[in-house]
Amino acid sequence: MTRVALAALLSHWWRNPVQLAMLLTGLALATALWSGVQALNAEARAAYATAERLLSDGGTVRLEHPSGRFDQADFVRLRAAGWLVSPVLEGRARLGNTRVTVLGIEPLTAPAGAGAALAAEDLDGFFAGEGFAHPQTIAEIGDAPLALAPSQSVPVGTVLVDVGVAQRLLDAPGEISWLTRAERQPAGLTPLAALAPDLHEIPPQDGAELAGLTDSFHLNLTAFGLLAFAVGLFIVHSAVGLAFEQRRAMFRTLRALGLPLRLLTLCLAAEMVILALVAGLAGLGLGYLLAGALLPDVALTLRGLYGAPVPGALQFNPLWALAGMAMTLAGTALAGGQALWRLWRMPPLAPAQPRAWAHASAQGRRVQLAAAGALALAALLLTMFGEGLVAGFILLACALIAAALMVPVLLAAILALVGRVPAGPVATWFWADSAQNLPRLSLALMALMLALAANIGVGTMVASFRATFIDWLDLRLVAELNVSPRSQPEAAALQDFLDGRADAVLPMQSMDATLNGAPGQIHAMKDHATFRDNWALIDPVPDVWDRLARGEGVLVNEQLYRRAGLPPPGEARVTLPRLGEMEVLGAYPDYGNPLGQVVLTREAFSDAYPDTPIVQFALRSADPEGLRAALQDEFGLSAQQITDQAQARELSLAIFERTFVITGALNVLTLSVAAVALFAALVTLSGMRLAQLAPLWALGLTAQRLAGLELLRAVMLGALTMLIALPVGLMLAQLLLAVINVQAFGWRLPIHFFPSDWLRLAIWAGLAVLAAALWPAARLWRTGPNQLLKVFAHEK
Amino acid sequence: MRNESLAFAIALCLPAAGLAQGFAGLGTDAEGFAIPRPNPRFDFPQDHGAHPDYRIEWWYLTATLKDAEGNDYGVQWTLFRSATAPGEQDGWESPQIWMGHAGLTTARAHFSAERFARGGIGQAGVATEPFRAHIDDWHMTSHAGPDEDALDRLEVFARGEAFSYSLEFTAQGPLVSQGAQGYSVKSNDGQASYYYSQPFYQVAGILELPDGPVAVTGDGWLDREWSSQPLSEDQDGWDWVSLAFDDGHRMMGFQLRGREIFTAGTWITPDGEATPLPDGAVRFKARAHAQVAGRRVPVSWQIEWPEGNVSITTEPLNPQAWMDLSVSYWEGPLRFSGSHSGRGYLEMTGY
Repeated sequence: MTRVALAALLSHWWRNPVQLAMLLTGLALATALWSGVQALNAEARAAYATAERLLSDGGTVRLEHPSGRFDQADFVRLRAAGWLVSPVLEGRARLGNTRVTVLGIEPLTAPAGAGAALAAEDLDGFFAGEGFAHPQTIAEIGDAPLALAPSQSVPVGTVLVDVGVAQRLLDAPGEISWLTRAERQPAGLTPLAALAPDLHEIPPQDGAELAGLTDSFHLNLTAFGLLAFAVGLFIVHSAVGLAFEQRRAMFRTLRALGLPLRLLTLCLAAEMVILALVAGLAGLGLGYLLAGALLPDVALTLRGLYGAPVPGALQFNPLWALAGMAMTLAGTALAGGQALWRLWRMPPLAPAQPRAWAHASAQGRRVQLAAAGALALAALLLTMFGEGLVAGFILLACALIAAALMVPVLLAAILALVGRVPAGPVATWFWADSAQNLPRLSLALMALMLALAANIGVGTMVASFRATFIDWLDLRLVAELNVSPRSQPEAAALQDFLDGRADAVLPMQSMDATLNGAPGQIHAMKDHATFRDNWALIDPVPDVWDRLARGEGVLVNEQLYRRAGLPPPGEARVTLPRLGEMEVLGAYPDYGNPLGQVVLTREAFSDAYPDTPIVQFALRSADPEGLRAALQDEFGLSAQQITDQAQARELSLAIFERTFVITGALNVLTLSVAAVALFAALVTLSGMRLAQLAPLWALGLTAQRLAGLELLRAVMLGALTMLIALPVGLMLAQLLLAVINVQAFGWRLPIHFFPSDWLRLAIWAGLAVLAAALWPAARLWRTGPNQLLKVFAHEK
Repeated sequence: MRNESLAFAIALCLPAAGLAQGFAGLGTDAEGFAIPRPNPRFDFPQDHGAHPDYRIEWWYLTATLKDAEGNDYGVQWTLFRSATAPGEQDGWESPQIWMGHAGLTTARAHFSAERFARGGIGQAGVATEPFRAHIDDWHMTSHAGPDEDALDRLEVFARGEAFSYSLEFTAQGPLVSQGAQGYSVKSNDGQASYYYSQPFYQVAGILELPDGPVAVTGDGWLDREWSSQPLSEDQDGWDWVSLAFDDGHRMMGFQLRGREIFTAGTWITPDGEATPLPDGAVRFKARAHAQVAGRRVPVSWQIEWPEGNVSITTEPLNPQAWMDLSVSYWEGPLRFSGSHSGRGYLEMTGY
């Protein structure tokens, strides 16, 4: 009995392969986008964890010197006093073809963190001077000056070596960057404050540093994934609803033949589970491919924006697959649950009641309106009182859902309004019928609106960012040439050579430092018109450049300024090593930099931090090509050591563009899923509409004319949805720029409008809607008189 | 067999290294390192210091102690040196690796601690004039007068998380060469080490225990040994004892467990005259086992030297004297009775 029933139920799908394909596509797409995004997040988080384990020394306290590096004799001295500390030397160096972070540890005394990263590897070569690096890093370095063994435990972009090897690579003999202090120490030791008053204890950074910085990025991805998943579920909901609707007669027959309701429900549930498993597997495969394709760009973004070391190759994690499958099953249950519930509650011989269902939705609309109002109010309150990134995202969610809920209400109002305009009978029917069928389509239209709004919002944000970034870049990159000396003697020689030959020689010096409790950099700036003319400052004090030149204060970047809470001009302070508290004279925009930054004059910098190497000269010259040739002749500098303005600009822009490839890809995918959702809804509707259309046919409208009207209706609804999506999208963009970006990155960008982008999106959306409506319309087009007549034969 | 030295066994924390390749990688070849030769002439105080051309070396102190109430204690202080390559270099390029082990045994508890250090930077090492061996804050410092051997008076300190000790060691007799004038053969394949001892220390000092400080006195024994391949490939552990007889005699004995058992020992009279005991002269027989750190360890032994009419049985002060460190083994004080009675120290590796 069960087998027969199941066979009868499943036969439905054989006879409706398009419906089956739709259901499977919807589920598979939803799973693919969700699990793809999860795979990206998981890969990135795993990379952070690796980095944290290695770089934060397993959550131990660090001892740092305010001036930066210090003598390893301090290490020996503290060990001799019984303190369990271990030396670490960290720095950047060019190895082969790329710059890497060189991390030197002492494996015998290192705490569990670094030790654990090494324990899995072969230490044979480590003492002999061999390093460990991620395979990707080894490939990037190419011809390395030391033997490198591949290790997955080392973050991308880092080379792990013995502290002695690091001292050699970084040209820092006898120096260390910090000491890690083991968590458990023997009792009865002389306090550190007495032994080494110069060393500051830096508490463990509890693995939150990178994760905190990149949270916004992952939250973004997750939000996109969830949006796509929800849209996918709309499809499943439509398809399952349709399949149940169409099989109502079959259910009746099966029940009449004696199949118990419980068994019928179980059979249908089993059917859904089977479909979910098939679609889920396909979706996981797709999601894995998707993530694999997007990961290189995501990795680049994370490295570019946050300096987060994420490898470009995806690992397969079975747990991820299980979680994705669970999500698919849960989604299917959510989307199909309603249909099952109705079946369970339906009297065995109940007739279909589409009209009554439509009627009930008027009441539902009022509830929806109330919910939308409540969410909008919540969003408003969050705008006024919310703080932090999470509040920002909740605000975003509230505003978007409120807008989505408003879609059917607004559409109904518009249709009702237009319906009142006197018109011919067909037009009057067209509007009335559209309003009548709106509830069936409202979910899909909401999905479409969300996808469109996300597209507009994110697109506007990215384009605004790009416009601002390019302006800023042009102001920043005024130096005609940049030259990187290979050594400090060469730097001195270069300086002598360039004096008189270039219009201005601006040496670049910087050092890493802890600024207001977070990692940052201090830069030296020569007082020059290049900076005075081109740097637009936020909240500067009067005579800012003169005061800076006199060494009366410093400039900070916007990130640091915002982290300090935007105090009024002249009231902000920042504490610098050796210099103490300094007045902040103004802030400057510094896009794409995750770190806080302080700029002070060259003189003050040299006094406080002598012997800091000059890493680059920025050169002003009326004849950059001549100067370049002279430099190459005189010093034999390679092409890589001299970059001109155009190259630098190109490089920065390339990084920027790749940063948002992922956003663009997800935008397109979400829109596609929304189109499929609309398609599913329209197919569902068209199956039930024959009964509504047959009377019109009988009154003289041809099936072809009716099909055309159906197409027109879809495009009309799509266009209205796009109209609603536009302000919602702009609101989203404004939220992203003014709330999320500020919270996540620390910079606020002005909004720019790009109507041509909207037009392009509208055309795409129109095409998507047309594509979705085409097949149901074509079916109607081909409907023969016999089928239409049959409606009257079966009239209930 | 892979060329794996003690350093890597230490760094890789492989307690099971001994199972396949000799205990703690000691059963290795001597590529590039100097090799002990018969009939050495020790040159003190230089030979109290490090011999970086040899692969491994140790300064190994044990003491059996008593407090005023008659409670027994045992203390171990060891500095190991292990080279990844022969010779010494300045700075981080030094191939020398140092490891310190400290143990403190009471009847109810056993404490252990370890320290690691690289050579070349001053974190650990052994100076000869004046004599001082140290790793971090642990040290063994000579306070000997100008006419005395540097090892005659030693101040010894070590500390772990829950204990520390500070002891004065004063020699009551001369240094004693083990084996054939300090050339100690370890297998029938010819593996050997240089080996001498100071078995006649009187000890006094303070133990810092979780319950507070305890003043103690007792006997101490120092072993000095260096070599480059002390074990044969198939030897994967040893049982070693140092015994202080109540009548003033001292005895050292060990058996190396491999395909065959190889034994050796030294009988020492109260005035320091040493008689080497060749392979087979001393017999070890396990009397009782205890479950220690998840293994079955023979903590009580029957030890016989028939020619010297010695037949004794040992009882550990604490059967759970497991040195649960990167390289782990059993090491603790014992009491013996039978033909003779006295106190001593037992070390067992490779279980």
